[in-house]
Parts: sequence; C-alpha cells; structure tokens
Amino acid sequence: MRAMRYLPAESPVWAVETVAGSPGAQFLAGGTNLVDHLKLGVTAPELLVDISRLPLDQVEQYDDGAGLRIGANVRNSDLAAHPLVRSRMPAVARALLSGASGQIRNQATTAGNLLQRTRCVYFQDVTTPCNKREPGSGCSALEGYGRYNAVLGASAACVTTHPSDLAVALAALDATVVVLGTEGERRVPFADLHRLPGDDPSVDTTLGDGELITSVEVPVSRASERSTYRKVRDRASFAFALVSVAAAVELDGPVVRDVRIAWGGVAHRPWRARLAEAALVGRELTEDAVRSAVDEELADAETTAQTAYKVPMLRNTTALTLTRLAEEETR
Amino acid sequence: MTEQVVRPLAVRSVGRSLERVDGHEKVTGAAAYAVEHGEADGVIDPLHVWLVQSTVARGRVARLRPEAALSHPGVVAVIDHSNAPRLRDTGNRELLILQDDAVGFRGQVVALVLAESAESAREGAALVDVSYEVEPHEAELREDNATYKPDSVNPDMDTDTEDGDVDAALAAAEVVVDHVYRTPYEHNNPLEPHATTAWWEDDAGREVLSMFDSTQGVHGVVESLAPLFGLEAEQVRVRAPYVGGGFGSKGEAHAHVVAAALAARTTKGRPVKLAVTRQQMFALTGYRTATISHLRLGATADGTLTAIEHAVQEQTSAIREYAEQTASPTRMMYAAPNRRTSHRLARLDVAVPSWMRAPGEMPGMFAHEVAMDELAVACGIDPLEVRERNEPDVDPETGRPFNNRRLLECLHRGAERFDWASRPPGPRATVDGDWWVGTGVASATYPAMKMPGNSARVRSLDDGRYAVAIGSVDIGTGARTVLTQIAADALDVEPGDIDLAIADTRLPPASVAGGSSGTSSWGTAIVAAAQRFRADHGPSPDPGVETTASAADDPAAEQYAFHSFGAVFAEARVNRWTGEVRVPRLLGVYSVGRVVNPMTARSQLLGGLVMGLSAGLFEESHRDPRFGHVVTQDLATYHVAAHADVLDLDAEWLEEADEVFTPMGSRGIGEIGIVGTAAAVANATFHATGVRVRSLPLTADRFLA
Repeated sequence: MRAMRYLPAESPVWAVETVAGSPGAQFLAGGTNLVDHLKLGVTAPELLVDISRLPLDQVEQYDDGAGLRIGANVRNSDLAAHPLVRSRMPAVARALLSGASGQIRNQATTAGNLLQRTRCVYFQDVTTPCNKREPGSGCSALEGYGRYNAVLGASAACVTTHPSDLAVALAALDATVVVLGTEGERRVPFADLHRLPGDDPSVDTTLGDGELITSVEVPVSRASERSTYRKVRDRASFAFALVSVAAAVELDGPVVRDVRIAWGGVAHRPWRARLAEAALVGRELTEDAVRSAVDEELADAETTAQTAYKVPMLRNTTALTLTRLAEEETR
Repeated sequence: MTEQVVRPLAVRSVGRSLERVDGHEKVTGAAAYAVEHGEADGVIDPLHVWLVQSTVARGRVARLRPEAALSHPGVVAVIDHSNAPRLRDTGNRELLILQDDAVGFRGQVVALVLAESAESAREGAALVDVSYEVEPHEAELREDNATYKPDSVNPDMDTDTEDGDVDAALAAAEVVVDHVYRTPYEHNNPLEPHATTAWWEDDAGREVLSMFDSTQGVHGVVESLAPLFGLEAEQVRVRAPYVGGGFGSKGEAHAHVVAAALAARTTKGRPVKLAVTRQQMFALTGYRTATISHLRLGATADGTLTAIEHAVQEQTSAIREYAEQTASPTRMMYAAPNRRTSHRLARLDVAVPSWMRAPGEMPGMFAHEVAMDELAVACGIDPLEVRERNEPDVDPETGRPFNNRRLLECLHRGAERFDWASRPPGPRATVDGDWWVGTGVASATYPAMKMPGNSARVRSLDDGRYAVAIGSVDIGTGARTVLTQIAADALDVEPGDIDLAIADTRLPPASVAGGSSGTSSWGTAIVAAAQRFRADHGPSPDPGVETTASAADDPAAEQYAFHSFGAVFAEARVNRWTGEVRVPRLLGVYSVGRVVNPMTARSQLLGGLVMGLSAGLFEESHRDPRFGHVVTQDLATYHVAAHADVLDLDAEWLEEADEVFTPMGSRGIGEIGIVGTAAAVANATFHATGVRVRSLPLTADRFLA
C-alpha cells in the first residue's frame, strides 16, 4: 500500500471542496470495496477524505410520507432493518439482505453501495488489461471468463455488470439521488446516475468532479409497497447475482395499472426494463404475458456461450417474480 | 531406537469424545500460527518478505529493475535470480526458485522484496519493474493435447491397468454406458493461508535454519529444504504448533517456503516472515487438476458389470510432474471380469498441481458413481441394487481379500435413514412448490494407509505423568487430542496424565498429515513406544526413564486389501424457474474402523461432506488460457459453500474395530467424506429434474428449461 494522506471530513461542503479539483483524491465511506482496491493496486489515491463520520445517517419521511429520504451514510444493515423500508418498500430491504454478508452490511453505506465498482475478475487483477481500470489497455473479459458478463448495453470496450443489489431496487422504485457539488445541490433521477460503458468504461456514473451523494429519496407508492427483489445465484448467500429482478406492480382487477421492472447482473448499470413494462401496462398479468414482455426487452440482448443462460433465467425469474406479486395483490 | 510388535489397545479413552486439548488456546487467540510468533519463540525484530510473481506464462526475465522498490521507505533488499543465494538442484523445479531467468508459469516467483513492514514489502514488490522475453505457452487442457503417458501416477501407482478383454466385453454387452465426465480445477483454500517464519543462526560453528511453517509435515519440509541448501537434516529445524487447515496443499513444501529460507539467508540472522496472500495461493500452493474421465461400462440386462473402462485425461505442469490417480478407485470398487484404466496428461506451462483432499478418489469417484447411476437407469433398477449386484468377493485389483468391506451395510443403513424405500423410481417425479425434488446416492471409498518412518518417545515424569513426543502436526483435525487419548490408553493412564509434544523436527520423526494416514501412522508408533516402555520399565517406572520405539512391520497386513467405505445420500431441490440447486439433506454412513474420538471424527466427516457438496455445486477455478493463470483467484469469485448452503447434514459410522490394521482399531477418516459426495448430489439433481449433468459444478444454468 502506498503512503497517502487521510483526512476526516469536517462537513459535506468541506469534503466536496477538498476533493473537487484534486484528481488524486477520493471519498472513503464504509471502505468495503475501496480498501480492497488499495491492497490490490486497482486504485492508488493520494488523498482519502473520510466521509463516514458525517451526520448523513438518518432515514426520514419527506412531504408527509410521500417518500423516504435515506442518508448517504446509513449502513446497509440499518436500512434493511428499518420498519418503514420493510413496510413501504420491501424490495429495498430484500435487495440489501441478499447482498454481501452480515459483517459487510454492517460496514457498507447506502451511497457506497451505489458507487461500488464491478467485480469483474480482470478489473481486480492488475496484471491483465482492463479498460475500466486502465483506459485503452483492452478488455480481457470480452473473450475471457465471462459468466457474469453483461447481455445488454455492453460495448466492445467493456462487458461487465454493476454489482449492486440495492441499486436495482432503487432503479425500479424511481429513486432520486441528492448530490452536493461545488455549485451546490442537484437532484439526479436514479436512472441517470449510472452510465453504460460506451467507449469510456473507466467512468461508472454521471457524477461530476468532487460531487458527493448526500441522500437518496425513494417515493412511496402502492406499487412500492408491493415490491420485491429476487436474486438468482448458485451459492445461497454471499454471491453476486447471476441475474436479479426488482419488481413492483399495481393491479386493477387482473389488469396491470402500474409495473416496475429492473434487472441486475445484465448490464453496466441497473437495467430498468421499460419496454417490458410498457408491454404489460393495460394487459392481464399472466406468466405468458410477462415472458413475451421480457422477450421484447431482450430483443437486443447480445450473449455468448457463457452468458446465454441469462436470457431464459431472466425470462423465468421475471415471470416468477411478477406472477407472485400479482397473486399476493389479489389475495 | 527399538522396533516393537504392537498388540491391540485396551481402549478406555479411545472411543470417547474428549474435548480438544488445544481448544482454549484456539478460541482465545492464544494459539500462535506460523507468522504470529514473537520474541518468546526467538523471533526477534523480523523483516517481512513479499513475493514478486511473473506476469507471463513462459519465457525469460529480460530485465529486472529494483531501483524504485529499493527507494521505497522501509524496503531493505530485492532478491532475484542474479543475487539470490545458490541452491542445489534436487530435481524439483517447483522449489528451485531464483536460480536462473527462466519462467515456467504465470505467477512464478521472480523476485523477493524484504522490508521492515509487510506493507512496505508489498508496495516494494509492486514497484519492482520486470520485463520479459515472452515465449509461446500452452495453458489449456484439451482432449487432443492430454496424450502424454506418465511413468506412474500419484503416489507411485501404475499408470495403466488391463485385465481381460474390455473391447470384446463391451461389444457383447447388453447394456453399455459410455460417457465423458469432467471435473474442474479446484483450489484447496484452507482458512489459514500458507505462511513461514525463517531465520538462520550459528550453532557451535554450524549453520542452522529454523522455521515456523504452516505445514502438514515438519519432517517433510526438512527433507525438501536441507538438500536444496546443502545442509544435513539436523541443521534444519521446523515447527508447526498450530496450522489452520491444509487439505493437502501444505503436504509438501512449496516455493514460498524456499523463498523465506533464501531471504533469511541474506539478513545476517534477522528472522523473516512471509505470508502468502489468498490470490497468490491460486498460483503457488498447489491445486487439483481438471479431469476428463471417459467411462465405459458394459453390463448384462440386470446390471451385472462385464466390463469397466476408465480412461482419464488431465494435466500437469511442465516444470514438475504431478499425475492425479483419478482412475485408481475404479480399479477396486466393483467386480467385473474385464477392466481397463489409463491416465494421460497434458504438460502445460502452468502452476504445479498437487494433492487436494482425496486426490484420485474425489474426481474419479464422481465419474464412476454418476456412471453407475446411469447404469441403474439404463437397466431400470434401483441405484442401490446396481451396487449390490457388483459387489466383489475379493479386491479386483490385487486379488486379496478385503479386510473389512462393509459397503453394502453403509448403503443399507443410509437407505433406511433416508427413507429410500419410498423414493419414486423415475426422475422428475416430485414437485414441491417451485422446486423439483430428488434424491441420489453414491458409494465412497478411500484406501487405509499407514506411512513408514514413524517413531515416538515416552518418558516418565516425576509426578506420575508421562511425556509423549512425536513430530506429527495437528492441522486442525484434532490430532493433538486423539494422540493424547491413544497415549493414555497405551500407558493405561488418564488423558490428563499425558504431556504430549508434537510438530517439531527435534522430536521423533513422523509422516505427513495426509492420505488419511496420520492417526493410523502416528498412533501406531505411540502404541509401540508405550508398550515397549512398559516392557522395559514396568508399571511404576522411575522418573526420567524413557523409550523411543517404532512399530515392527506386521506380516499379516500384507494379506489384505485395506480400504474404508461409505455411502452418501443427498436430497436435491432444483428451482423450476431459476435452476438454482439446494441440498436440504446430506447424509454419509461410513465404515472407517474404530472411531477414536467421535466429536473430532464427526467434524472430519462432516467437513468432508461439506467440501464434497461445495465441489458439487460451486467450486471451479477458471484458468484463462490466454494469460495462463487462474483469474477467479479470491473467495468472492472462487465459491466455496457458505453456511446457508449447508442444511440438514449428518454423518454416522458403523461400530467396528479394525485391529488387523492398527492397534487402535482405526483406519483414517480425513478424506472419505469428500469422496462420492458430488456424485450423490449430481445423481439427486438427475432424479429431481431428469437432466443428467456430467461435469462439475452443478450450477443453476445447467438446469434451466
């Protein structure tokens, strides 16, 4: 590990001003991902600004219960256990509990979870080329180990997936990310936070220089109260998703009035399946209807021998998840 | 030293669940592992070593620039092939590190960095600038390149065997099962990574190399290192008071042990500590080769085998040969008049494979026991019946009688406990909610082995207690506890009266904790020493008298084929939507001789079952043949079973005592738990779904409709 400077942040504004304009500076929150990277040589910051002690650790209702505002430093385990999260947006609680391990969830923060980086084996192995870690060096995963690779929205420069479970749930629930920058606060729709790799996979998000996530706002709706998260993995715990589905549905009799579908394990960012949603709204929610809606979304999927399984797995898991939600709704 | 003909032990403590004698030290953190020793153990002001590894699979180090590393704060030295102390060539190229510029695999040690802290050493290693002359490499095992026939397979078995006329029997068979089964590369991954503390000192004008090493056998480390450094065995002292698992990967010294000794030689007596990282373990500390098993079974319509052929293809490293004996259990498991086995290797520019729990039996019995399940299906008979029908009268390989073959009793006991009688005969017969449900069975076997070269020392103390000493290592299995029990019974005293010393090459020699041979080998030596001690010194010896003895060879032992047996039953649930596999029930029933300590034995057997389950469902090291190294090189990407994967798990054993094999009546339990387990799970997934998967691991994608 290289010697670096470490500064505990005095305030959010101070933290932003300290990191902005300093390419060698990074925020440190729970450290569950960044500290690994320091050891592996994936990143070598000159300055770590520790934001973990900033008082951004509250979960509170806003606008008379229209939604929940989740502080950036709320720990994953605390968020998953919060009564309002469990009752008003169960997809968030379930996504969190399906991720990592108890010890890591105790340490990891809400914003840190969203900003964690890919677990692509080549990204984490500094002896191999990786465009995300070292722009222009090439993508080793393209023709290498690719069981966890993307099937949607990938590019010739990067085929990896975003590892977060929480992010998939928040994508489904139309969250808003509150961001503090040198010019003040701005609000980013969740769908705009993460980006596709294009020809520059080194950049994961649309956050600007020094911008700090201070909270995440999640609106409550009838759909969010009937939301869920299903993660598919070989190992029963402590594994990243092969695919995952965050879903919420509101029915009018047998007919879909509102539906949200987001997928994990398929793209460089959480994948909101808007084509599939559009195909379902106004229709009766049946297993077959979900399957054909999923196929519309997956029409552009590009698979390899190693990732071909993700198409039937997504189709089945989405059908399972939505039909179960519908059964609960009509019960 | 004396040889003693041993008599069966009158057991009192043996057979009881004595709690681990070192449990308190372990759970309180007082137990010091290989790089945790300090001044009290002579480890004063140590330096830290970090390994620099090659980033090419084959070629030469063209230029190595240490300057940036040397100018990093804390870095003391960089050692490469140009300045490393010289080693003598003992023919083991895995250990002959830093002697020339050749690179034989990606991840090979090309330099060492010494520094005042582990952090400085690690950063220094990253700053060593190495460039290579790259040569083309081959790092992929394929059916078309695994054609080399080794002289023998591990440890010294025949490469090929042939009895009768397999081809004619297959041509005439009413039923033929002919399939290829595959197992992936697997890495041992003990909890404690490999680690070594080493220092050189002067002892009355002679150099002495002292080490604390995380090893399964201290004497084996001396045997490897002393000739490399041109030392007599007495000039190397190795201790391993506590070891956090090995699973075979610490059975032999690997390159990092030599690295520590080499580095220490340059420090003018300062100790060095070298801890291998989890990622480095995937290149430097051994692994199980991938295997390709082509099984052909010929049988009559009722499932009676007429021919068995098991042709194995696997890989070794071009720098050191290791040939896994994958077809060895096929040679003795079932009766058939016509039999053929073979092993062929690809010699690849890759890290050196080695022992991993039940080498040979684990991958071989996966193939054979899935094939047996397929034979049962093909004949329309129960999987238990196909095994009953092919039970041999004598060992098919040697023609000797088995000393105690109770396979069918294990199968029947397991069937009773698993309610096998109510199992639907056909596959895809049971659905429970979202899950297909099925059950499967497989046989297990492991040879009973005793190693030569063991002796033990008994000395009377002045308070009616006895000091018992043998150089064997407890790698976490409970050996320290069971040897205390054996010594107590052999001397007819209480376990609390035994002061046991182990894990030091200054003690009488002991063989490796491997091959499920430890308790049999060391325990027999302790019984020999105790019985000799009583013969020499009587029941009330003077304090301070001592006897060192080993067991005389037992000619009766040559008459038998010694093996343990077992039966593994698994229930598998396969999600109809996602393909996920879960194993809610797993049971092993074993015939392993007398169980010395039910509590520690149960842990061994359950641990073997869990490791077999883990291999069945998850474990796979993915080597990227373009680069030549394993890219799934941590526990986030190399999956082992988590707690949530292990549900209703149980092991039991038949009551027996094998006093022909050892005076304790025991046979060894370390490995049999992993044998057959993956096959039982695979057979259960077939019964659940009707989908036959012939290669491990059984991941969700294999079962998607």
